[in-house]
Amino acid sequence: MKTSNKISFSRRSFLQTSALASGGMLVGFNLFTACKEDVKPPIDLSLLDYNDFNAFIKISDEGKVTIFAPNPEIGQGVKTSMPMLIAEELDVAWEDVHVVQGKLDTKNYTRQVAGGSQSLRQGWEPLRQTGATARQMLVNAAAAKWGVSASECKTNKGIITNANGDKLGYGEVVKEAALLEVPEDVTLKDPKDFHIIGQDISNVDIDEIVTGKPLFGLDYKQEGMQYASVLRPPAFGQKLESFDDTNTRAVNGVNDVIKFGDKIAVLANSTWAAMKGKKALKANWTQDSKAESTAFHDETLLGLLNGDKFDTRRKDGDVKKAFAEADQVLERTYETPFVPHNCMEPMNFFANVTTDKIELVGPIQTPAGTAGQVARMLGRDASEVTLEMTRMGGGFGRRLYGDFALEAAEVSHLAKKPVKVVFSREDDMTDGIYRPAIKYRIAASIKDGKLTGYHLKEAAINSNMYGLIPNFFPAGAIENYQVDTANYKSNITTGAWRAPYTNVLASCEQSFFDELAEAMGVDRIKLHMDLLDKVKGTTDERIQYSPERLQGVIRKVVKESNYGKENGVYQGFAVYYCHNTHVAEVADIVMDNDVPVVKKVTVAVDCGIVVNPLGAKNQVVGGVIDGIGHAMYGELTFNDGIPQSNNYNSYQLIRMLQTPQVDVHFMDSDIAPTGLGEPTLPPVGGAVANAIYKATGKRLTKMPYMNNMDVEPVVG
Amino acid sequence: MPTFQLKVNGVSHSVEADADTPLLWVLRDNLDLVGTKYGCGIAQCGSCTVHVNGNATRSCTTTVANAQGMEITTIEGLSENGDHPVQEAWKEIDVPQCGYCQSGQIMTASAFLENNSNPSREEIRSAMHGNICRCASYNSIEKAVEVASKK
Repeated sequence: MKTSNKISFSRRSFLQTSALASGGMLVGFNLFTACKEDVKPPIDLSLLDYNDFNAFIKISDEGKVTIFAPNPEIGQGVKTSMPMLIAEELDVAWEDVHVVQGKLDTKNYTRQVAGGSQSLRQGWEPLRQTGATARQMLVNAAAAKWGVSASECKTNKGIITNANGDKLGYGEVVKEAALLEVPEDVTLKDPKDFHIIGQDISNVDIDEIVTGKPLFGLDYKQEGMQYASVLRPPAFGQKLESFDDTNTRAVNGVNDVIKFGDKIAVLANSTWAAMKGKKALKANWTQDSKAESTAFHDETLLGLLNGDKFDTRRKDGDVKKAFAEADQVLERTYETPFVPHNCMEPMNFFANVTTDKIELVGPIQTPAGTAGQVARMLGRDASEVTLEMTRMGGGFGRRLYGDFALEAAEVSHLAKKPVKVVFSREDDMTDGIYRPAIKYRIAASIKDGKLTGYHLKEAAINSNMYGLIPNFFPAGAIENYQVDTANYKSNITTGAWRAPYTNVLASCEQSFFDELAEAMGVDRIKLHMDLLDKVKGTTDERIQYSPERLQGVIRKVVKESNYGKENGVYQGFAVYYCHNTHVAEVADIVMDNDVPVVKKVTVAVDCGIVVNPLGAKNQVVGGVIDGIGHAMYGELTFNDGIPQSNNYNSYQLIRMLQTPQVDVHFMDSDIAPTGLGEPTLPPVGGAVANAIYKATGKRLTKMPYMNNMDVEPVVG
Repeated sequence: MPTFQLKVNGVSHSVEADADTPLLWVLRDNLDLVGTKYGCGIAQCGSCTVHVNGNATRSCTTTVANAQGMEITTIEGLSENGDHPVQEAWKEIDVPQCGYCQSGQIMTASAFLENNSNPSREEIRSAMHGNICRCASYNSIEKAVEVASKK
């Protein structure tokens, strides 16, 4: 039996409490309404049952706390760090907290997303308020019981005390607390009183991970489920003409072959039988649109850079004039390839489409969007769809796109059976939604030893840099500044890849600055510090990076890396701001038989308050090594529309022996936290390229660097 | 379909499968031991590593026919209570990010330490080179193997 309080829409109207029939108290809240500023709740929350909330806190009679986390977990650690914020203000011992992955609520809410490094930044205030509100209600209940003022009561790790020395555990007052009005104003803790935030807290799924418990989408199964392996066009731009499934149907365990669109699904009793059945299919394809090759992309993008069809994304002063009047103009072109995401868990999804419901289970960064797409595709009402999120074996942006879930739903709908679509590694690499190839041309003008103009041109496949990127450093620091973009629409599918656009742009720009400082005859660090001085006090609202915070991480990394003074290694520097976080990095390399080996990377990070130092460090180190791996080795080429790598014997991911030690330094801060899933990745390629220049005298302008040095390519 | 006798984690199982079926899929689909992961299917990434007669072995390229009669250990059978020194070290260092590759990493590390209980840093790095971690938790893996070697 649920008892609800009438509450009006307010800053905190995403909250609702109720007593549980089984004992205990429930605080329901809509995280994504809460996390999004200035968004009104879509409906009258007071009419909802607690199941309608997409996240909630449950406090049992014994004082145990369950926090249901609605966010997709892709390895970025929010399933641990977001509940930490709630537990801190609720003032309970972390040992008493149990975290459970919540389900998607497609009925009322439209945004449950893992992406953009935004979860902690946007959750910082509302999640703490949620915990603080629940705490205040528990205190109010205890105060009423004792006949004292709530302001005289204190809490510590789930125990309420008063000045008379009375004590009550949260579990002893939950029944009463659940019936109280939700307080409108609660006080948040002073950061110096934090006892959970700022502590090293292990991944909440650690025990299950190290013992191999089923957690991931690929581990999910249901009675009567068919495994489906899907044959898709081998080249982009192709359509299915005809196929012969005689040999497929002869494979042991294969039950059905279903054509849908230009794809063919093989349904079987086991994953292996489905994969074998797919290999036995004979299909004929026709080229419906251009069969593109890497040489064509190179030529096209260079053509765009040489042309005059650009969108101007930011323009300060007059770069043309500055260039005309300059003593010297430095211009460089930087080239970056397509790369696949290569999540270790290949794409997969479970669907059971029946006449009365659509059940979806699997790893997805955008559960709400995907559930909606499935409903629309099948002409069904969104309310018929349930979606259960599994832990994800990596995301990196690939699981923002629900193509594999749509396939599972369509095949289940046609087969009238529960189906799990499983990509092979080859499917995963060749049917990707890739980071597109991008080329940059950067030019700068120097007059009387000063930097007078900066012109950045981007030519990219399918789409260009988004949002505020044209306003990142050095925007605001140079009087004459312009960013132009152009693109070519390709039939090769492309999308977001960890730190989209900046993941290559930062490395290119940071290489350019290294060369620019050399051309100007000034110290690389001083050039940056002086330029940042010019941005201080800016009134330009488009500029969101902080010159002071960038200078802070630069000073820190210079000191901690012993930059410029370390013997026996070549050091390269880079600094960048993206995803609201400020990062500076120094890469130390040595040359081993003319092959550069990255030995160490020192990183200084300003992400505000570090919520979970253990998890935060994992993100920083992972981002840096991932960035080095892709800058050094990552490349997917195409020939006649066909991806030229399809597994790890033809595609190099960074491995242990290529991995440097990463030395992480967080800036002390009392500023609200920002995300860490992406921002340490973009600049590191620049730091490595600058170190390689010092070692070899060669400026690397084309990724992957190892394929563009005179050394043997590395695989394995 | 032929029948094979498999001994996994000390328990004998009779499984029906084609002789060319990789042990990986028999473990996952037939025996519900899903801790062993599929990553590449061609012995390049190490996600599917199990112990066969104590040796770290890629289950994606070991057929069920060849696995017959062998002592097979998966992550589920590495210890009774998840307290093998390598598992304990993994928890202590908080190695995983997404976690997907980690059972393979743990199985590789535990077989390695059986044969080399006091490895150097370079030996650890070489031993773990065959296992890909896409989240790049390599620094933590290296440290955890070292911690485990001292347990």
